[in-house]
Amino acid sequence: MAKLDSKIPSGPLADKWQQHKTQIKLVNPANKRKYEIIVVGAGLAGSSAAATLAELGYRVKSFVFQDSPRRAHSIAAQGGINGTKNYQNDGDSVHRLFYDTLKGGDYRAREANVHRLAEVSANIIDQCAAQGVPFAREYSGHLANRSFGGAQVSRTFYARGQTGQQLLLGAYSALSRMVGQGAVELHPNSEMLDLVIVDGHAKGVIVRDLKTGAITRHSADAVILATGGYGNVFNLSTYARQSNTTAIWRAYKRGACMANPCYTQIHPTCIPVSGDYQSKLTLMSESLRNDGRIWVPKNKADIKKEPSAIAEADRDYYLERIYPSFGNLAPRDVASRAAMRMCDEGRGVGETGLGVYLDFADAIKRLGEPAVRERYGNLFDIYHEITAENAYQAPMRIFPAVHYTMGGLWVDYNLMSNVPGLFVLGEANFSDHGANRLGASALMQGLADGYFVIPYTIGDYLAQQKPSAQSNIDRPEFKQAAESVSAQTKQLLNNPGKEPVSHFHKRLGKIMWEHCGMARTKQGLESALQKIPALREEFVANVKVPGSAETLNQSLEKAGRVADFIDLGELMCRDALTREESCGGHFREEYQYPDGECKRDDEKFGHVAAWEYQGPGQTPLRNIEPLNYEFTKMSVRSYK
Amino acid sequence: MVASTPAKKLFSVTLRVWRQASPAQLGKFVDYPAHNVSPDMSFLELLDVVNDGLTVSNDEPIAFAHDCREGICGTCSCTINGKPHGPGKGVATCQVYMRSFQAGDVIVVEPFRATAFPIIKDLVVERSAFDKIQQAGGFISARTGAAPDANSILVSKAVADLAMDAAACIGCGACVAACKNASAMLFVAAKVSHLGLMPQGQPERDRRVLAMVQTMDEAGFGNCTNQYECSAVCPKTITHDFIARLNRDYVGALFRSKLQPVSASAGGGA
Amino acid sequence: MNILGSLFNSSIGKKILMALTGLVLVGFVTGHLLGNLQIFLPPQKINAYGHMLESLGIGLWLVRFFLLACVVVHVWVAIQLTRENSAARPMNYGVNHTNRASLASRVMARTGLVVLAFLIYHLLDFTFRVQHPEWSRHSFALADGTLVRDVHTMMVQGFSRPGVAFFYILAVGLLSYHLAHGVVSLVQTLGFKNERWTRGLECFARVYCWGYFLLNAAIPLAILGGWVKAHV
Repeated sequence: MAKLDSKIPSGPLADKWQQHKTQIKLVNPANKRKYEIIVVGAGLAGSSAAATLAELGYRVKSFVFQDSPRRAHSIAAQGGINGTKNYQNDGDSVHRLFYDTLKGGDYRAREANVHRLAEVSANIIDQCAAQGVPFAREYSGHLANRSFGGAQVSRTFYARGQTGQQLLLGAYSALSRMVGQGAVELHPNSEMLDLVIVDGHAKGVIVRDLKTGAITRHSADAVILATGGYGNVFNLSTYARQSNTTAIWRAYKRGACMANPCYTQIHPTCIPVSGDYQSKLTLMSESLRNDGRIWVPKNKADIKKEPSAIAEADRDYYLERIYPSFGNLAPRDVASRAAMRMCDEGRGVGETGLGVYLDFADAIKRLGEPAVRERYGNLFDIYHEITAENAYQAPMRIFPAVHYTMGGLWVDYNLMSNVPGLFVLGEANFSDHGANRLGASALMQGLADGYFVIPYTIGDYLAQQKPSAQSNIDRPEFKQAAESVSAQTKQLLNNPGKEPVSHFHKRLGKIMWEHCGMARTKQGLESALQKIPALREEFVANVKVPGSAETLNQSLEKAGRVADFIDLGELMCRDALTREESCGGHFREEYQYPDGECKRDDEKFGHVAAWEYQGPGQTPLRNIEPLNYEFTKMSVRSYK
Repeated sequence: MVASTPAKKLFSVTLRVWRQASPAQLGKFVDYPAHNVSPDMSFLELLDVVNDGLTVSNDEPIAFAHDCREGICGTCSCTINGKPHGPGKGVATCQVYMRSFQAGDVIVVEPFRATAFPIIKDLVVERSAFDKIQQAGGFISARTGAAPDANSILVSKAVADLAMDAAACIGCGACVAACKNASAMLFVAAKVSHLGLMPQGQPERDRRVLAMVQTMDEAGFGNCTNQYECSAVCPKTITHDFIARLNRDYVGALFRSKLQPVSASAGGGA
Repeated sequence: MNILGSLFNSSIGKKILMALTGLVLVGFVTGHLLGNLQIFLPPQKINAYGHMLESLGIGLWLVRFFLLACVVVHVWVAIQLTRENSAARPMNYGVNHTNRASLASRVMARTGLVVLAFLIYHLLDFTFRVQHPEWSRHSFALADGTLVRDVHTMMVQGFSRPGVAFFYILAVGLLSYHLAHGVVSLVQTLGFKNERWTRGLECFARVYCWGYFLLNAAIPLAILGGWVKAHV
């Protein structure tokens, strides 16, 4: 049984982090260079951590599977980043951001972590501005803000529709600076395939060079995973095609606990799937729901008709009908599930029947086309580029899609997993968003972890360790891990199968979407827990991986990742099945209020479920970390 | 409207793809017929489908670079019918849809070609030269924790907008691929302009431009001949005006670095 | 490294050298054209002008050396840049596609080479008069009685040879084409161009290049056509 000590400091909520910082141990500047730290992943969390730790004087090795750290998927975030600057004088404060985030997460996050996140959010904006991030400005030269879902203040900073790219370029430039100074050793095209544990502590990783196939061992005094989320378990998602779970999954298999894997956020406004070949779902900003009206035909018979041929009386503006007070601006999860229900009733539109209309006709009538173009022109352009349809003339078709995973490796307040020396940052950990993440908070969390949390907390761990990196590399643990990676590679390549990897990924995605997607049931999850092991067996017997191990081999990369997704999918279903309540991004149909809102069970499930690997074929162990709310009352989340 | 039109008409094309097993080996074009192509399919999705077919028929799939598939990560990098990122303006390869092609088309797919971007395999090239340029000076040194309040340095909207235009660069390398001389000037110009426009970037402005240009030159890129092929294919439509700005910045920095007085006791501190 | 060394050793530096020497040479060919247009005036004008230039003595030689240096640098750097450019892409694309690079910009090296060849011939022919040493001996009396070299006769006799006249027209044609890219390009290289006034600059360059070509071509054509005759 894993020991889950959250190490939340005592004291008043607002003082915890400050006090903690003054109490944790430090490594003196001359000693820092004796410690080596491995950082896997170079998105916002990984790049900012690697850069900052190198600035402090640690020797850092950065591994990233992309060909450059600048390509990590943080780059795709569009909307913005929250920061409690209160530049708008609209009453924002650390406490408000803390409360919004905690409530948005449906009271399934740790109070202390969320409060710390809100505290450092202002520093992040300062840091990014100092790096030259070209945030939007007012004519006065001051920073501009906008408002975002789940908040009543304007605290979101943005850089056109590219906030993610601009923040990542800021972190990447800080990282590049340290690489240029020789303080960070950068390993692009390098995928972590195993975690090495020596005497119970994380002491290194096994890495495959994706260009040459070379499998190498790297030792360190601590390992940081900042490898992002695992939404591609659904095959189709708004994630980058190569985003994967492999790093955290292999750490899980080495003993790190996986927390709340079933918490998945599904975004209501994405462009629908157009065919079997589909590889990617594209997000359309949520802001469209401010002026667009969502509807489906009232009668099944109308679904193949031109939308303009469907009379007003034959249209069902279902969000306005079911949620009259919130209408088209119902929360993400509610809107997503309602769309799904309409399609289940056979009233979905488009070739696949999986889509609903998002109609701007009224807005155009009310505001005029130029005003609509001014507000949403770039989104209409994206829509046109992908579908070749003109949304000024006919309604858009939209459908929900997976786009964030709140679950991840379990970490304590110091962002250390239950494996000593293994730290997990950003989307890869489970810590700050509870069961649902608010818009513009992902960027904030990644940078908070990397710039302002790990630089302090890792020192506390390292100060208690003797620098030992170099002495470890020849230990049997490294040898054994490298051999097992080579063996898996060899096995995949030599498998006498017939089907390409994508075949299995698509099937897994379908199972997950159907049974562990927007709405989950006991029965569905139980059937998924039958189907997934069967799929795994078929994968092992019948996957075909062409090519060799010694060159760039994208099929081999995919095969390893999909194998991990299959295992993870099973765990997600198990987690969803055992969490007999609905909360945020986990919706069990059995547990809902009459209006379709999530019905939590704080008594039985006001805790973190942290799963512990028990070996192949064994049912993992469900550990519990109770969520003790000292300062906030868990209440029914309502936006009405 | 899709809802009422009959199923989209499927068509066939031929992909003529550059196959090269490794950096050292010679490459050649190989034809792959593709049938049942839907106009709604993205070009990369067609490559996915062709690759699945190759896998099943015991051939090695075509290696191609891709990741986000929404035009922002800058990973995808093929040249389609001689044009980096293929038909269309202001899009990356991953945003090219098959409706841009006709039934029966022979679509020639090649890697970006430049000495500074050696081919790794098939359509995948090595672009670490860009990272090296960035490491030489593509940053504003701001130690974590040392930043002043974000509003303490005002940036006029005009300057911030212009800097944002330059900062939109996704580092894909299409500018190099399209340039008749494989020059990286648009990339470097975008970086230098973004950082050099921001007030925060002034202290290091001269060092930055000199170091980045030197690293660019060492990486084996060609020279700019002001033909603007780069900006014509840029998926973020970054203008070559930034190249003019880079030239000016560079010369100014060069003269200042050689002629301005320097302190006799540089360095030091506490 | 000193500034000049740095310029010669960096890509942008070399481009700046191309632009600056190009600018000087544009100035020269423009002045040269304006001087030559005096052929359409009575002979004493152009002969007086020639005499004025020759009487500059050492000054003239300094200018000539400076111009020669510009040509040498322009050509030398062009060779460097071209070699680097071809080394930067040793293997061409299977499909050769051009988005918007003008033909003029793509044939700069070739037009430049023809112009260089013409320049050498032109210097040998009119400046050093190797083929017709007698041109050095023709003299002309100005209004004040000064005897000066008869440039007018030299030009008329020179362009009465149809082959030479044709080569001249071809060369100024290619030079105009060279300048069609060069004039706009040098403004970009020197860092002053931007999209807001590019159209104006391009218009100016078009008018300039056509004007340069037509006025230059008018000289041999007028001589061949008999509109400008020898005065003796």
